Amino acid sequence: MRRVILSKAGPDGPRRDNNMRPSIIKWTLISLCVLFIVIMLILPLATVIVYALRQGWETFRDAVLDEYAVKALKLTLLSAVLAVSVNTFFGLFASWAITKFHFRGKQILTTLIDIPFSISPVIGGLVFILIFGRIGWAYPFLTAHGVKIVFAVPGIVLATIFVTFPFVSRELIPLMQSQGKEEEEAAALMGASGFHIYRKITLPHIKWGLLYGVILCSARAIGEFGAVSVVSGHLRGKTNTLPLHVEILFNEFNLTAACAVSSILVFLAVVILILRNIAEFRVKKETR
Amino acid sequence: MYVELKNISKRFGDFQASDDVSFGIEKGKLVGLLGPSGSGKTTILRMIAGLERPDSGDIFIDGVRVNDMEASSRGIGFVFQNYALFRYMTVFGNIAFGLEVQKHGKKYIKERVGELIRLTQLEGLEKRYPHQLSGGQKQRVAFARALAPNPHLLLLDEPFAAIDAKVRKELRSWLRETIAKVGITSIFVTHDQDEAVEVADEIIITNRGRVEQIGSPARIYKNPATPFAAQFIGESSVLENYASLRGFHYVAGFDKAVIRPEFIGIFKPGKELYPNASVEGRVEDILFRGNILEVRLDVGGSRMTAYRSLEDPELHVNERVSVLVYRLFLYNQEQVRLIENDVISEKDSVFI
Ligand SMILES: Nc1ncnc2c1ncn2[C@@H]1O[C@H](COP(=O)(O)OP(=O)(O)OP(=O)(O)O)[C@@H](O)[C@H]1O
Ligand SMILES: [Mg+2]
Repeated sequence: MRRVILSKAGPDGPRRDNNMRPSIIKWTLISLCVLFIVIMLILPLATVIVYALRQGWETFRDAVLDEYAVKALKLTLLSAVLAVSVNTFFGLFASWAITKFHFRGKQILTTLIDIPFSISPVIGGLVFILIFGRIGWAYPFLTAHGVKIVFAVPGIVLATIFVTFPFVSRELIPLMQSQGKEEEEAAALMGASGFHIYRKITLPHIKWGLLYGVILCSARAIGEFGAVSVVSGHLRGKTNTLPLHVEILFNEFNLTAACAVSSILVFLAVVILILRNIAEFRVKKETR
Repeated sequence: MYVELKNISKRFGDFQASDDVSFGIEKGKLVGLLGPSGSGKTTILRMIAGLERPDSGDIFIDGVRVNDMEASSRGIGFVFQNYALFRYMTVFGNIAFGLEVQKHGKKYIKERVGELIRLTQLEGLEKRYPHQLSGGQKQRVAFARALAPNPHLLLLDEPFAAIDAKVRKELRSWLRETIAKVGITSIFVTHDQDEAVEVADEIIITNRGRVEQIGSPARIYKNPATPFAAQFIGESSVLENYASLRGFHYVAGFDKAVIRPEFIGIFKPGKELYPNASVEGRVEDILFRGNILEVRLDVGGSRMTAYRSLEDPELHVNERVSVLVYRLFLYNQEQVRLIENDVISEKDSVFI
């Protein structure tokens, strides 16, 4: 093989990927990687689609267009949109505060933002039960005013916000740090207001990173199961998101329908993946 | 005084970046802030601009105390060390930014930017982005951007630091001429004494957060006020035992001396001007400096550097020569004193 011969050219060879027999190591690693991905990712996803279509196109369509499935999809998208909006807003001002100002406890704040990354989503659901649920301290107040949070849509949105909280700010902080303060100082010295500086100097720098963060956040929000499961109460057509709906169908041994609904999630994931790659490409290009 | 700093102090944590700094700058002057790295030059500049707050002391610009004035309302142009151009704006956009903030009309902005583009010789580059420019071009864009809103005071932080040596020389004289043309009071920071001497009307020497001396380059060169100024300006070597040189005696309170190349004459043995005033030395090294030779000497264990014209009789490494020291700066912790070679001054007085 050409590669082997080239590597024998020694240290001056035009391609020296690794010291010993590079091509063997290289191809072994690549094969292992591909094999792993096929077994762990492609195969299961393909199985979902195959199962979904096993009883024919009609059954698939019925399952997907089922009243409850559509409602679940709507709720999923609603909570994702709300969570992403809130977290984008939070991410923008948190990253601004952290990168552009000096203050005490900055390090602690940065660490706190990361909590949802390291904590189990179940806890993310549980905390809201403990605050707003029947045993929670805010419960009497809420019932007195006729507000229902737990086992209702607000709870689902809150839980989704909790788990997807760090995505946008995590993406923006390093980007804004790399920009430094000087461009903004230069603009300030010319009399520009804080908002003007943010719009003209900061935003153009972070826009692709922001989009990337938003996309990651959406993916996570749509797929969230654990936290949402705790606060949902699993009321069909009311508090069921798509992932929860899949679980219910599965527990009813309606495997075909479960897979059909899952395939909606798979489809959404693929769309997000494509968007993600575009955004990632732009971020890399800009930070070059 | 157009700009005046009075007893300015600034700490970063427990580091004293500015220590009781006071100086004044006349209107229309081009002043160089010269000092070694970390001596607090940038800190002073940033405090004048309002990007940093002094812990104590007052800053006056045009008679107005500006301590509590926002950076944005001080009307100062600032050129950053690494330019800090707006990377998502074209050259035109960068220069126009300050004018847009001032809400000028489109027509005026176009005219004014065109004016600055011509002044900074950036014609044809209006549509480029900063990453498509060379270092020297970026520097000029930064300069034009700072000048566009007609500031009353221009601050430049090491404006030539990121530019290679040859372009730097050209830009120096260009900057000096352009600032003279615009007639704006300017302060520029540098740690390169050649640059300061060449460009500035007046130099402020900083060291460890303090001002060592203020004055014209020639004045500082001839009359250094502090030991630091004596050593920092000019090519200089320090002598420990200056009393062993012929024509010099130990002066009480002064243990060390600074010697400059211009203070030294080299003669072939037997050809001395003042044999009684000369000491023997050995040529250690000879370096060609373009239009002059730099000669490293060993005189009784002390190292010194002298200049020699290419017209003078040729010297060789390790050659024995006669070294004549005309004068020295003696110094101690606080003081500097210039002393002349006794033998020469006596002789001269006899002749006169
Ligand atoms: N924001 C800051 N926080 C802490 N220390 C600082 C800060 N800014 C400056 N310093 C310290 O103050 C001292 C003076 O800094 P300054 O930037 O004024 O030096 P300089 O004379 O401009 O040096 P250079 O020629 O290297 O640019 C340095 O020792 C620096 O470490
Ligand atoms: Mg500096």
